[in-house]
Amino acid sequence: MRCDDLSETLAAAADGTTLLGRAERRHVERCLRCQAEMVQYRKVLRAMRAMRTEVLEPAPGVLADILANLEAAGERRAIRSMISGHKAAYLGGLAAATAAGAAGAIVFATRARKLRAAS
Amino acid sequence: MPREVAELVVAAQGGDREAFDELVRTTYADTYTLALRLTGNEEDARDVVQEAYLRAFRGLRRFRGDARFSTWMYRITANCAATHLGKRTKHRHEVLEDSDPIPDERPSSDPQAQSDASELRARLTAALQTLPPKLRHVVVLRDIYDLPHEAIAAELGISETAAKVRLHRARKKLREDLFPPRVEEAADAV
Repeated sequence: MRCDDLSETLAAAADGTTLLGRAERRHVERCLRCQAEMVQYRKVLRAMRAMRTEVLEPAPGVLADILANLEAAGERRAIRSMISGHKAAYLGGLAAATAAGAAGAIVFATRARKLRAAS
Repeated sequence: MPREVAELVVAAQGGDREAFDELVRTTYADTYTLALRLTGNEEDARDVVQEAYLRAFRGLRRFRGDARFSTWMYRITANCAATHLGKRTKHRHEVLEDSDPIPDERPSSDPQAQSDASELRARLTAALQTLPPKLRHVVVLRDIYDLPHEAIAAELGISETAAKVRLHRARKKLREDLFPPRVEEAADAV
């Protein structure tokens, strides 16, 4: 087994997601280079995990920008819903007028037919 | 999820704008930290964090509360950062790599210095910035923020296998940057 073949496994073993197989373990036990690599991966991973609790100071104005952006988006949404509301009312009115016209035509045609039949 | 955040989420989902603003105030520093780590510069981090909260605002009703709100925000931020940096034709790290290599100030034969956690963290922060964004995104999300491979792959629009390959490359690069082989080892390797 060559050290280079183990490189990926060592990182995963250091992170605890993979267990070394018997042959791999035997190699690492005898190989100073792989042992050193494993220790280095552990140090890197430990330092990365420690960064999890670290909160960096946001640049000045970031919060104000986020809130202003949300405000603007909220306003845009309100305007859009108002426009779509107007559109819906307009289309609804149009549909109602069309339906009323059609109903009137039907009534008119029915009456005319009845009058013709009576005469 | 801390009760306060949970309550704010519920109120915001019910349409309370003030509650959402409060949610932003409570969580933005954490979200900004992730955005800065992913993008590597304040200007991009600012854009990413704004876009992330906008998307969160629009999609809040879809948040079911089975994960922490912060984890949900991390996923949105990761997605925004990937989209934001994907739009760039030229990445900043390329400039940094050419003109501003990380100085190796570590005394190569001093194990005490190597074990100094705060020094290691400072060098790690610098090394992260020299990683190509694709590798940086994966290693930051996995090893700092503990997101599962599946979530990382989904937010970055790549396969899980690709995420794992990138993670390995990133870890290897970081290790090599932080623990460069000593001169005699390098000579032995040749």
